[in-house]
Amino acid sequence: MDESKRGFLKIAGCSVLGVLGAAGMRTATDVGPGGKAVESSTTLNGKKWGMVVDSQRCLEKEGCTACIEACHRIHNVPSIADPKEEVKWVWKEPFEHSFPTQAHQYTKASLNEKPVLVFCNHCENPPCVRVCPTQATWKREEDGIVMMDQHRCIGCRYCMVACPYGSRSFNWQDPRNALQGGINPEYPTRTKGVVEKCNFCAERLAKGQEPACVEACRKSAGAGALLFGDLEDPESEVSKLLSERYSIQRKPGLGTKPQVYYLV
Amino acid sequence: MLEKALRGGRYYWTLIGFLSLAMFVGLLAYLFQMREGLTVTGLSRDVPWGFYIAQFTFLVGVAASAVMVVLPYYLHNHKSFGRLTVLGEFLAIAACGMCMLFVFVDMGQPMRVLNVMLYPTFNSLMFWDFLVLSGYLLLNVVISQVTFGAERKGVPPPRWIKPVIVLSIPWAVSIHTVTAFLYSGLEARAFWMTAILAPRFLASAFASGPSLLIILCLIVRRFTKFDPGKDAIRTLSQIVTYALVINVFFVAVELFTGLYSRIPEHVEHFEYLFFGLEGKHALVPWMWTSQLLTFAALIVLLIPKLRKNEKILLVTCFAVISSIWIEKGLGMVITGFIPSPLGSVTEYWPTPPELLISLGIYAFGALVLTVLYKIATSVREEIELG
Repeated sequence: MDESKRGFLKIAGCSVLGVLGAAGMRTATDVGPGGKAVESSTTLNGKKWGMVVDSQRCLEKEGCTACIEACHRIHNVPSIADPKEEVKWVWKEPFEHSFPTQAHQYTKASLNEKPVLVFCNHCENPPCVRVCPTQATWKREEDGIVMMDQHRCIGCRYCMVACPYGSRSFNWQDPRNALQGGINPEYPTRTKGVVEKCNFCAERLAKGQEPACVEACRKSAGAGALLFGDLEDPESEVSKLLSERYSIQRKPGLGTKPQVYYLV
Repeated sequence: MLEKALRGGRYYWTLIGFLSLAMFVGLLAYLFQMREGLTVTGLSRDVPWGFYIAQFTFLVGVAASAVMVVLPYYLHNHKSFGRLTVLGEFLAIAACGMCMLFVFVDMGQPMRVLNVMLYPTFNSLMFWDFLVLSGYLLLNVVISQVTFGAERKGVPPPRWIKPVIVLSIPWAVSIHTVTAFLYSGLEARAFWMTAILAPRFLASAFASGPSLLIILCLIVRRFTKFDPGKDAIRTLSQIVTYALVINVFFVAVELFTGLYSRIPEHVEHFEYLFFGLEGKHALVPWMWTSQLLTFAALIVLLIPKLRKNEKILLVTCFAVISSIWIEKGLGMVITGFIPSPLGSVTEYWPTPPELLISLGIYAFGALVLTVLYKIATSVREEIELG
């Protein structure tokens, strides 16, 4: 086969993949007209989604990265080695960084370095939403998820400046060049120059699936250090855990009201 | 009036050529940034805003400072500023243009920048900044066009322009206040979380802007037959003195609150700025230079005999501008990110493409300014020499 035919086939193949990807996006679409969640009979409904991280259980398998791998694979999160340009939806941050006001001078050094799982807190009062000049990021009224529209984002990074948790990543370079693990056609890839972050797997909730990290954690650890559920429902597992056990939030003093809670 | 810009001497065309070349180089660097993404800059996860946004912040101050010639002339009838107002307004126009370009080149998706207008978001300070800055540009274009046009024809300006001019005064204050609010309302960034930020911005703007205007006046006098007048320059230097004193006072107030309280979140940023953190101290020499320049300038300005000497004044104005440029165009923005909210110390320094793009934008501003000043001085020469 000569070069030009090969080139043509490459382009044609990519186009087909692109169309398939677009079709995949349609089925996985989590936002309908007017920004409302698309509901179907299988949709998981919650009034206020929240996450509970059982830090003790998570630490039992300290080197485990099942949740991170699952999330990043499913969401086509590029793996960029340079820490300055990394894109992360969920990752482990040392205790003294994730809870800077909790660590003190007598905390054991080893505890300060213990990894804590962090992601977007889906704040009740999200600073990122407050500052965004185009409403490319917004808080979904019906379930409290802080959503992100990468097609509207102008890449000004004001949301990154405003987020007290460092939960947002900017695509400094073309993320499609850093998808070594292959592309998941069920979820859109991003272009360079836009911001992205954890979306509490809104696209999976719409299909009746729990977030990918929660599922991966249950399967891998067999223990379930991550729990996800409706905080408005007093019967949900997360509500019960939070009323029975002592939990903390990241930087509660700022008034952002994070919806990710840590059992300690 | 534009035809005045098309007739000039050797110096004029050399300058135009040089600035066009710098703009072209900046454009090439920008195309490179467009292709590769903002990865070509020194920015990072931890420091998402840097040189571009800092230049924008500095230049908003320069734009706002036009009010320092407009206000004395129109509200206090300070006659000697009559010949100066148009120079101030033209400077504001050039500065506004540069501000907009600096924000534009910082966007990850520049083609979508008009989404800001398509989806107006009242809770976003960036929307308001866009609005007040465009408004200010428009005000200055209209005011300078109308008043200068009238002056050229030898008739008094139409009466309706007076309220527009008066409106431009609070509007000038608003552009720098809104720019300060971009920073000062963010719970994530303790360094900017201070009520003094907007007043500080204004004070430093009213020191650096009029300093630049003094330099421009002296250049205009040297190269054209138009003389803005000794008296006007003297008054401008008094304005610079007051503004610089107030700025130093505001900085002291801020340092006291931050350091006496000893809240680590506040102290750490100042520590990074003046001494460095975790062995990282890229800004330290710059910040001490800035302090040194400020105090040297302050001493000269406070002694009337020295201040009235135009040669010394010229050097002092350079010192004031450099000092405030370091403060706003380097220290203020970057230090807000160091350390990050998670406590990591990631340093930032602009890369060559970033600097070339910035240079291109400054060249654009200088070109606009040159052309506008050329028109202004040619027309004035025509009027005065008949």
